[in-house]
Amino acid sequence: MKEKQSFEDEIKKLQKIVEELSSGKLTLGEALKKYEEGIKLAQSCSQALQEAQAKVESLMKKDGKFSLKEFAGEEEEKA
Amino acid sequence: MTTPPENRHIYTVSQVTREIGVIFENTFGMGVWVEGEVTNFKAASSGHFYFSLKDSAAVLVCAMFSRANRELKFKLQDGIKVVCRGKIGVYGARGQYQLIVEQVEPKGIGARALAFEQLKEKLSKEGLFDPAHKRPLPFMPCRIGIVTSGAGAAIRDILGILKKGAPCVGVVISQARVQGEGAAEEIARGIEELNQFGALDLIIISRGGGSAEDLWAFNEERVARAVYASRIPIVSAVGHQINTSLADLVADLFVETPTAAAKIIVDKKNALLSDIEGLKHELGFAVAQTLSGLKNDLIALRQAIKSPLDRLHEKAQLVDDLAGGLTQHTRQLFNLTGERVAALIHRLEALSPLAVLSRGYSLSMLVSDGRVVKSSVEIKRGDKVKTILARGAFVGSVEEVIDEGKTVV
Repeated sequence: MKEKQSFEDEIKKLQKIVEELSSGKLTLGEALKKYEEGIKLAQSCSQALQEAQAKVESLMKKDGKFSLKEFAGEEEEKA
Repeated sequence: MTTPPENRHIYTVSQVTREIGVIFENTFGMGVWVEGEVTNFKAASSGHFYFSLKDSAAVLVCAMFSRANRELKFKLQDGIKVVCRGKIGVYGARGQYQLIVEQVEPKGIGARALAFEQLKEKLSKEGLFDPAHKRPLPFMPCRIGIVTSGAGAAIRDILGILKKGAPCVGVVISQARVQGEGAAEEIARGIEELNQFGALDLIIISRGGGSAEDLWAFNEERVARAVYASRIPIVSAVGHQINTSLADLVADLFVETPTAAAKIIVDKKNALLSDIEGLKHELGFAVAQTLSGLKNDLIALRQAIKSPLDRLHEKAQLVDDLAGGLTQHTRQLFNLTGERVAALIHRLEALSPLAVLSRGYSLSMLVSDGRVVKSSVEIKRGDKVKTILARGAFVGSVEEVIDEGKTVV
């Protein structure tokens, strides 16, 4: 799952690119460049959302430190 | 039988009182739990509480001093059933035994409901339910925390829905008992630890269906305060109940079931995917518009800028047009003039001497100098005269001159 830029920021960027392209004020070169940028953004967002590898883990605390353990379901409850 | 005076053990009042106190201590020890119904409750201006506990057959006088009653989580009032922990002692000055109460708990549904209402009021006044404090849920949660039992329907439902509808979302579970003694503490600690762990966009606290009793942990103050203090937004999904728990009221959002909580996340993900598709289309459309616009500009410019050859052709065409026009006009002009000339010629011909001649007149002229003879004085007898007829001519010599006035025979 993407960590660096939040989905919100990426969507806002994409919306801005669409606005710029719709303004009709870009040169041919700029328009094509922006289009490419926009498509790349859209693809990377879509892809991240359609990933299916997210982990399901249990939070453990021992000696004041946290660790994660894979959650197997139907486990013992915390004592 | 009366004891003779010298055999009696005579106590003072204080001694008796003291002895009674010792008996109580021996019997009840340093602490005892007593249950009963509150009656004759009075809160003194000093802050101490004075009341009695009663059941069907007896009454026990109680006192709860301010140091202890300050800790009370609910308000004592007549009629409610409670369980008190305290020490039975003697109030010597009044000759009264009493229970010095250290701790009170509500007993039974009625009492507990009352305690709940009182706690709810208190937390509300403190602003824990304030809508202004509630945070909006994250745009798209990427990693969430769940506080719930490791076994049980809630976690199963949530994970099932997430796995199917939004498998991109990471999950960190802090397992806690969700009912019974100590559950509130575990739930609260779960929330706190997930906050300490950090890197989470959202926390769901949840448990499956159950009775009001089963869900009571989520009405505890400890849980309510932990929810309020959470830095990470919390969605509360407790049971399938109609009444909202205190945790529900403090949470940033509450939903009826664990399933509903998971569905929110799935819906967000689907909405986002659909938005992205929409934006992709807008992108394509916008760039196509831009290209088409530029193309039109190009065509327009090309029209405006003509090649020299084109200009030449244009001019040539113009010349042809003009020439054609000129020719036509000239021809018209000629035709007109031709007509006039012919007309003039006709008139001329009519006036021509030759035309006159053809009417029978003739023209005579002196041969010698070619002068046309118009008068008899211009000639004399013997002159050679040429006479021009309409057709042909002849030469004669004058035989006789006749002057004007003199008639010709």
